Amino acid sequence: MPTQLPPHLRDVQDEMKGHAKAFGLDFFETIFEVITFDEMNMVASYGGFPSRYPHWKFGMEYERLAKSYEYGLSRIYEMVINNDPCYAYLLESNQDVSQKMVMAHVYAHCDFFKNNFTFSHTNRKMMDEMANHGTRVRKYMDKFGVEVVELFIDRVLSIDNLIDIHSPFIVRKKPRSEEEEQKRPAVRELPTDKEYMRNFINPKEYMDAQRAKIEKDFKKAKRFPEHPERDVMAFLMEHAPLERWQRDLIDMLREEAYYFAPQRMTKIMNEGWATYWHAKMMTEKACKPEEIIDFADQHSGVVAVNGNQLNPYKIGLELYRNIEERWDKGRFGKEYDDCDDLAERRRWDKSLGLGRQKIFEVRKYYNDVTFIDEFLTLDFVREAKLFSFGYNKKRARFEISSREFKEVKDKMLQQLTNFGQPVIAVLDANHENRGELLLRHTHDAVDLDPEYTRATLSAIQHIWNRPVHVLTKTEGKGVMYGFDGKDHSERSAEYA
Amino acid sequence: MTLRIKQDHARFKDIVRGKIKQNLRKYIQKGELIGKRGKDTISIPVPSIDLPHFRFHDRQQGGVGQGEGDVGQPVSPSDEEGQGKGKAGENSGDHGLEVDVTLDELAQMLGEELKLPRIEPRGKQRLVSERTRYVGVSPTGPESLRHFKRTYKQALKRQMVMGTYNPLDPKIIPIREDKRFRTWRVQQRPESNAVIIYMMDVSGSMGDEQKEIVRIESFWLDTWLRHQYDGIESRYIIHDAMAKEVDRETFFHTRESGGTMISSAYKLCAQLIEQNYPASEWNIYPFHFSDGDNWSADDTRQCISLLKDHILPKVNLFAYGQVESPYGSGQFLKDLEEHFDGDERVALSEIKDKEGIYGSIKDFLGRGK
Repeated sequence: MPTQLPPHLRDVQDEMKGHAKAFGLDFFETIFEVITFDEMNMVASYGGFPSRYPHWKFGMEYERLAKSYEYGLSRIYEMVINNDPCYAYLLESNQDVSQKMVMAHVYAHCDFFKNNFTFSHTNRKMMDEMANHGTRVRKYMDKFGVEVVELFIDRVLSIDNLIDIHSPFIVRKKPRSEEEEQKRPAVRELPTDKEYMRNFINPKEYMDAQRAKIEKDFKKAKRFPEHPERDVMAFLMEHAPLERWQRDLIDMLREEAYYFAPQRMTKIMNEGWATYWHAKMMTEKACKPEEIIDFADQHSGVVAVNGNQLNPYKIGLELYRNIEERWDKGRFGKEYDDCDDLAERRRWDKSLGLGRQKIFEVRKYYNDVTFIDEFLTLDFVREAKLFSFGYNKKRARFEISSREFKEVKDKMLQQLTNFGQPVIAVLDANHENRGELLLRHTHDAVDLDPEYTRATLSAIQHIWNRPVHVLTKTEGKGVMYGFDGKDHSERSAEYA
Repeated sequence: MTLRIKQDHARFKDIVRGKIKQNLRKYIQKGELIGKRGKDTISIPVPSIDLPHFRFHDRQQGGVGQGEGDVGQPVSPSDEEGQGKGKAGENSGDHGLEVDVTLDELAQMLGEELKLPRIEPRGKQRLVSERTRYVGVSPTGPESLRHFKRTYKQALKRQMVMGTYNPLDPKIIPIREDKRFRTWRVQQRPESNAVIIYMMDVSGSMGDEQKEIVRIESFWLDTWLRHQYDGIESRYIIHDAMAKEVDRETFFHTRESGGTMISSAYKLCAQLIEQNYPASEWNIYPFHFSDGDNWSADDTRQCISLLKDHILPKVNLFAYGQVESPYGSGQFLKDLEEHFDGDERVALSEIKDKEGIYGSIKDFLGRGK
């Protein structure tokens, strides 16, 4: 598949790379490949990795992409892979001005991959790792049969959103040594050098109470898992009764899930950043006069609003520009926030010129949640005409529910939290003292979809091999969904 | 070079085929596929094919949008389906997918699922028509097919090489070796060699539900027979006390109120075969649907003799499907049973309701005729 970049595109690449460097973008070495639309659809189906493990879901994605290309609904101009070196694919049929714009876009993505903290723990040799995974899966398929392995992959993929996205950055628990586990900590006495004072400083009632507390904690610690475990994939990998190849499969798919998670956590920021830079580089540096119309046409396609749908490219781009302007003019801080005079706010310009520096800082230290939380302002929501929408049962349609700043922002944050996935943790692996698995959904305003919940439970049951349950809330009441391998159950339960 | 994705794509299609076969009975009963038929393909909704995840309830979640509009106004959906955030999809719950399948594939699945035998066409002969098409150029041929432009070019080339071309006096004189002629190839095209004659009772006693059943059943019969023959024709006859030939659209949407004389349809059918479809060249399939009510015992007798003497000797299979209706007596089926029990050329089936269609298709097509 690799196509050498034709000479004129190599020149374009050198030029765009120069512009990107001059603007201060900092990226991994980037390798461009020119491919046909069919190859592009394939690469996109594999999430950017042509050497991935074989699975029908990639075939399904390919079918969808090929169809929508065929019907002219959408086409993919570019793909870029977070890897060192960065790989980027260009569509063969793009005009030269598009290739220019795409390269600018790609360099900004690479800069983002390299510098944004969310990506700091991702494997930068993922191209190789994915190929390894492919080889291992194929080996297992040869050994145990395609269908057996595929079925297991299906089930594991059903839980690939049940990971602990923050775990690369924090230590949730300290690993304990064997001895420590048996030893109860002694009750600490306050020290005194006068023996006769000892019983006064450490009264017996207090010491007894302390001893009881330690004993209680120790018992509680025996619950398994000790604390709710957010990384359900890891938990099942370690504790479900599985064959070695099955553990290995979970391990691989979990690694891939953690690799892709940062991209889902920074969609707005990442696309906004790339769009900001391709616009900047093209309009200020790279665009020839005769190309400007084509560029404008392409760019407006990127930031177009489709129906009332939120376009992450557009929102991201506008937020960066908004931040740049605010920091250039000093429109931040207590003095500005406290200012009630509209006219004065409009005139506000302290000529600080900190904008560029600020957006570089933002691209390093934020993800979508913190980005929106900090920089989505009342003025911005009004200007961009954002609204929240909800489902109207009576009219059986989605309707605009509010244009209030707080509600819009809350809704947006809620949708971005935990990369848009419900928060679900393993609560008890010995539920009812019968080795059943109890999961708990941290209910935050929105219920789970019941049908999907049942289907997912049955996938987990096949991995855990004992009955599984998930505790959640539906319409304000606690509910326990369960699956024992044969029947689904649903009963009211105390949601605690 | 073949793309690696083709393997995964083929695997996906296999899975879809499996799912469709699993659900075939449901598709047949509901008849929902008929409306989704394109020219050669049909889009089939396949349930539970994607991988389930714990996910939020779409309707409760809502989202954030952008644009004009007051509170309470509907959100306009995107014209592009499901791309990332802010979905406006309403198909919550059913994690399904629509897949395009060719009618041929669908027929194959039907055959495999119902275990239908392949139909053995009568006689060995297949009607083939020949068509000539001009496809190329050759240095030999009759004067009448000379290709002027190519001949001219050839002569020009030759004269330039030989140095006899004079730009000031550009005369081109072709000699025999310069001449180029169109050539043709004979293409054989299979002619339609099977005909289905649909007959339906449209008298007052046949309600909408009954007609719907006929519509669904004829869709599947059609699909299968089309798969079995290279070319196929369909003719449509409706009847109450009188019969007439109509087009497909009219066939399914006409409602008359008169009485019922089945013989009128059989007469017309016999006539149609007589005039257009010589039994030696055609595979003939008359299918008749009614609620089993006939005007008189006399007329029934006439029907039976028409069948015996004029229709059955010429057809591959005569099928009668009796749709149950609250008004019909259902007598006609019994009469046919009495006279044609054990006759290989006659397939009789009683269709109680939509669920009966599945079995009835098997009754009709199960003998490979």
